[in-house]
Amino acid sequence: MSGADQRLEIAMGKILRIGVTVAALVVLAGGILYILQASGPVPDYSHFDGAPIADKHFGSIFAGALRFQSNSLIECGILLLIATPIVRVLVGVVGSSLLKDWLYTTVSAIVLTVLFLSFFTRR
Amino acid sequence: MNILSFSFAICLTSVIAGFLGALTGLGGGVVIVPVLCLLFKVDLHYAIGASLVSVIATSSGAAAAYVRDGYSNVRIGMFLEVATTLGALLGAYMVAKVSADWIGILFGVVLLYSAFASLHHVAPAPKRIDTNTLAVRLKLRGYYPSQGSKEDYVADHVPAGFGVMFVAGALSGLLGIGSGAVKVLAMDQVMNLPFKVSTTTSNFMIGVTATASAGVYLSRGYILPELAMPVMLGVLAGSLAGSRVLVGAEVKTLRWVFAIVIAALGVEMMFNGLTARL
Repeated sequence: MSGADQRLEIAMGKILRIGVTVAALVVLAGGILYILQASGPVPDYSHFDGAPIADKHFGSIFAGALRFQSNSLIECGILLLIATPIVRVLVGVVGSSLLKDWLYTTVSAIVLTVLFLSFFTRR
Repeated sequence: MNILSFSFAICLTSVIAGFLGALTGLGGGVVIVPVLCLLFKVDLHYAIGASLVSVIATSSGAAAAYVRDGYSNVRIGMFLEVATTLGALLGAYMVAKVSADWIGILFGVVLLYSAFASLHHVAPAPKRIDTNTLAVRLKLRGYYPSQGSKEDYVADHVPAGFGVMFVAGALSGLLGIGSGAVKVLAMDQVMNLPFKVSTTTSNFMIGVTATASAGVYLSRGYILPELAMPVMLGVLAGSLAGSRVLVGAEVKTLRWVFAIVIAALGVEMMFNGLTARL
């Protein structure tokens, strides 16, 4: 493992920690709002009928988060959390290509493609 | 029970699950799914959705520390992520095709195996350095710090390890867990990698593996924001606390208690699956 390799690994570690911290804070903010605004009994979660998040566009989630809607804020935090490992893999692609390690540029690019495939599956 | 106490109860349970999951190395997901289903009467799909979110958070949160320590092998991790992400994509896709009862039964089996594996760790055989052409060509080697010097290692049985990793990914996608136990099995037992390298590299891979399922989970509506919120925050806080305590903690008794708890949850999940109650 060379010094450049190690720097790439440390950069990956940093991205993960920052991403998780920001995502957790956004989810926490949404959670506090949710608790403050909540009223009535607990909804029945014992039957599956799909979360409303599935029907939303990313744009409307961000718009809702900016208007401090509790669920949109939580959803926004979850999207940030999911984006974190994707950015980590992206850094792997770019970093490996800068190190001219074409084998691992390809390997990371394949992983990145699989991650994107996950977001293009229909119901 | 009102919404405040319901969310608080789930959060507290998640803290305990994350704490014990970090101490025993099994992760919080494997406990939180059956607890949500059996104790809080949450539908299995919502339970695995909330668990998957917490799995991404804990793995990514802990990975930074492991990378810094120099034990995890990022190259081996990235290579094996090809197998785990493909497996996870298949697993997540299968959730809609398999009945909740069958998923529950499979979950029970995984819980029982985890209980067994956490108590019965096979001491890995002394590692030898092999001139394994495939592993060398793929640069699946490295060294780790050991008593001031460097221990070299090379991966063995690469295709078999890749295959087991695909299974680990599929289980992760199907059950909403990190399936760290199976990933460690693939590296430690099949590929002959040092135990410490296997556990830390497994943790590094868990977040990306779970992310491959996340897109499918989102579009199918398994992730309920208000349910994922207390689970994610609780498991994350619990596992961070657990990994601090881990250094120098005597965990033998705790390991036994935890193994008995997850074995009991496993039996209950299987019973509920077999009697079609999930």
